[in-house]
Amino acid sequence: MGDRRRALLARLAAAGITGARGARLRREVEQGGDHRLPEAPPRPDYTPGVDIIRRVITSPYEYADLTWLQAMSRARVGMVAQVGTLDDLMERDVRREEDGFPRKIRIGRLVKPGRGGQNKVVVVPTTVEEKLMHDRNFAQPGEGGGGQGGSGDGEEGEVIGEQPVRPEQGEGEGAGPGQGEGGPHEMESNAYDLGRILTEQFSLPNLKDKGKKRSLTRFTYDLTDRHRGFGQLLDKKATLRQIVETNIALDRLVPGEPIDPTGFLVAPRDKIYRILSKEKDFESQAVVFFLRDYSGSMSGKPTELVVSQHVMIYSWLLYQYAGQVESRFVLHDTEAKEVEDFYTYYNSRVAGGTRVASAFKLVNELVEQENLARDYNIYVFHGTDGDDWDTEGKECIPEIEKMLHYAARVGITVARGPYGSKGDTEVEKYLRKSDLLEKKSLIRLDVLPEGSDETRIIEGIRALIGE
Amino acid sequence: MQLIDQHTKAIMEGCKERARDVGLSFDDESLEYVVTNRDLVELSPKVMIPTMYDYWVHDVEVLQGRGRYELYPSNPYETVINTRPAISFYNDNNPDWLNVMIFYHVLGHIDFFQNNLYFRHTWDDDFAGQSLANKRAIARLRSEHGRWVDYVIEFARCADNLVDYHGLLAELHRPPANGLSRRLDWYLDVFLQDEKKVRISEYVDEISRYNKCVREHGAQAEDVYFSEVKRRHPEFAARFAKHGADETPRGRDVMKFLLDHSPFLNSEENRWMKQVVQIVRQTSLYFQPQIRTKIMNEGWASYWHETLFMSDDRITGHEVDFARVNAMVTSMPRVGLNPYALGMRLFQFIEEAADKGRFSQQFLALLDQDQRRSFDRETVTGRDYIFQVRENLNDQLFVANFIEQDFVDRHRLFVADKVLDEQRMVWRWYVKSRNADDYRHMVEEQLHHPPLVEVDLAKTGTDALYLSHRFENFPLVKDWVHGALLGIEYLWGGKTMLETTEVKSIKQPDAPDPGPGGVPTGAPEPEIEWQRVRYTMKDRKLSKGLIS
Repeated sequence: MGDRRRALLARLAAAGITGARGARLRREVEQGGDHRLPEAPPRPDYTPGVDIIRRVITSPYEYADLTWLQAMSRARVGMVAQVGTLDDLMERDVRREEDGFPRKIRIGRLVKPGRGGQNKVVVVPTTVEEKLMHDRNFAQPGEGGGGQGGSGDGEEGEVIGEQPVRPEQGEGEGAGPGQGEGGPHEMESNAYDLGRILTEQFSLPNLKDKGKKRSLTRFTYDLTDRHRGFGQLLDKKATLRQIVETNIALDRLVPGEPIDPTGFLVAPRDKIYRILSKEKDFESQAVVFFLRDYSGSMSGKPTELVVSQHVMIYSWLLYQYAGQVESRFVLHDTEAKEVEDFYTYYNSRVAGGTRVASAFKLVNELVEQENLARDYNIYVFHGTDGDDWDTEGKECIPEIEKMLHYAARVGITVARGPYGSKGDTEVEKYLRKSDLLEKKSLIRLDVLPEGSDETRIIEGIRALIGE
Repeated sequence: MQLIDQHTKAIMEGCKERARDVGLSFDDESLEYVVTNRDLVELSPKVMIPTMYDYWVHDVEVLQGRGRYELYPSNPYETVINTRPAISFYNDNNPDWLNVMIFYHVLGHIDFFQNNLYFRHTWDDDFAGQSLANKRAIARLRSEHGRWVDYVIEFARCADNLVDYHGLLAELHRPPANGLSRRLDWYLDVFLQDEKKVRISEYVDEISRYNKCVREHGAQAEDVYFSEVKRRHPEFAARFAKHGADETPRGRDVMKFLLDHSPFLNSEENRWMKQVVQIVRQTSLYFQPQIRTKIMNEGWASYWHETLFMSDDRITGHEVDFARVNAMVTSMPRVGLNPYALGMRLFQFIEEAADKGRFSQQFLALLDQDQRRSFDRETVTGRDYIFQVRENLNDQLFVANFIEQDFVDRHRLFVADKVLDEQRMVWRWYVKSRNADDYRHMVEEQLHHPPLVEVDLAKTGTDALYLSHRFENFPLVKDWVHGALLGIEYLWGGKTMLETTEVKSIKQPDAPDPGPGGVPTGAPEPEIEWQRVRYTMKDRKLSKGLIS
């Protein structure tokens, strides 16, 4: 690792970057570190002989007869019902804005990446009825008030038990936003649902057929065609309509007069049936490359912003392509590498310097080698803090130009972080200078200011994928 | 949702007889329903009131647990609701003996609802019927005004904890008036004394003149009396009409104030909104006592299910089953506060103390431990005493009056606290104090206590509504001020101000030295500096300024 670091520093000096920026970049390299995945959170290690307390009910008001006395479980709401109401809710929320009131529903934390592709996307709609209430935890946010009741043995000052800091799986409180004030209701949903919600409720655009992709053609069989006289299934509504039409034609039904259906004449051809038929099913498929800068300067908020935006983009594409989306993940510092799953993509630690071009170059190579451009719509989304050793974009711009020949959309997110310079970052500068943004309609740039929230991220997606 | 079968109902009626024999009192009728998980999905967001009005926040139950309880002062999983007749809910596969126990528990609750004075305002109406009417009213309004009804509900609920519940109770419990008219009261008390500033002798003359009128004219006394007043003080009628007739507005009930004085709500085209606000206010008032009597109510019900079950002849053979369930419900947790357990033990403790005559000067004067322990006057008034307690107290008073050192020692209670062991990722719970004062304080801290926010009548004019928060060592939840004031501003229809106290700075003390076993000893309190601030909500924009 030491050799590599020295080589990087030499290259940095050769590139002639000096001054404050040079110092910053040098610091990034000298910080060291590597891209290991974080270890699993340590299992609590209890003192032998001390009671283990799994759960403490912190408020007397959590006790209730039905759960306590009659052992009834908490009501579980079916997912279908939830999704339905969520839709209504989001629609209502959009209306609020039109009526001049702030939105009230927040979409909470969205992803819990697990190993081996078992990613759990969790949509947490929360709303709070705001009232003038006492804030009991103002002094120590996040901790329960001072003291709890207890009973039994023990001298004053004696430790009587230990409780794991993180509740174990399947035990009460789920993780999510708004921690502290009672866990919000979690609704597990898959990424497809999230995509649908994003598309429909946050008015993310629907994709337009770009015409440059191949369609896969499949056949399905369905009772979609109508047929008069005979068929598999009587379409009662259509039949009734037909009978009414016939009888109007025969003057047996006069508008304004009482209707006597017993007097209707029914011809055999009035009966309308559904009949099994072969349908052509057009589907297109997409491959989406997620590129993330995991250099040292990305630590903290920028990474979080980029990753949560990428999750939402992934969900949106999944919905747009009805599940036919393949995703590839590329990480880069000065060199790029492809990683196999989202977990690694999401969790790899930041370290090292930055060369944006390396990632684009790798994607170009992958597309060429695997001949992806022929069968797929290709989307490339790149997230960075905007720093690049390649100040002028001399390496980067040509790679992007090459990419634009085949990509359906290239979206670059610059998440400004605490380390970055004030004003435009390198990536922003050379992109704007290159005229790519004006000339080509397929590349978009979105700059997330520090401390952006969920709403801003969704806004950013709209900028990246909109027309 | 269906009624329990006749066999189970017969068991319930048997329980009622036995409960009446020991002194519980409740209405004859009660309704028992079997509920399924599906029913609960619908019932729990509506706080178990089947006829509650529809509202979108109910639709998606997003808040749970404590936060939820703070907002809706009632429990989403209550077994009994305080309606007429009282309605209770049951799991459909309870065995008979368990039903006996639950029925006694339920009867304890019903007795509490119908006798505790904090529920006085719910005694004369059936809330299920009322809320059905409300639900229909809201549905009808919705068909006329669409989503604006939901906005009004939302905004009304922003202030539905500011309803001056205690003021309402005070009115209900005030001794009956002296039977004199407002006009006479105002004439004698205000007009003569404050405005005319008559001499005492003249005042006494006026009173004896009134008494003379009563003697001579009976029912017409007042008219005769005031015809003379009209001659002497021709301006009286006008003065009374202007100042005496209307009740002085009271600031504590912010919702009522909005209803009566908001220019927005009282304009012709918005009058329908008052009905909605009224419904929200009424609903809120109905729920107020429940959250204030949680420990007492559950304790009382547990006390009775234990007492009555053990003496019930119908359940022989199930004592062990009962003991298991009862222990689960009413045992003191090692850490945590179980209202069933604490309340029940307090009632038992009070009963015993009253039986032995310990609520007396002689006992309180005793300092010797041994003498205290053996003190027994054999007064045997414990039952009556706990019935008095259940009638007159709420949680705050219950805890403040009866948690004493003898009680804490008897049940080996303590205040527990936790410290974080970062390396091992565990909280370490330790015994912080076994002092009764500390324990009482800890319980009191956990009780529901909404902020006192009242309308400052002096600073409120036609242009602006001025709310003032009386500071009680807790600031308001900052993030919610915007939303709450937005709602109140909408209902007031103009500038709304809120004066409150906020943290200026907190100086966290240095981490205390961990004592033996990594437990801090005598943790110092953080130093907090407070400042008074004024929020102003105008045209849906919030600003904040310091009050010097």
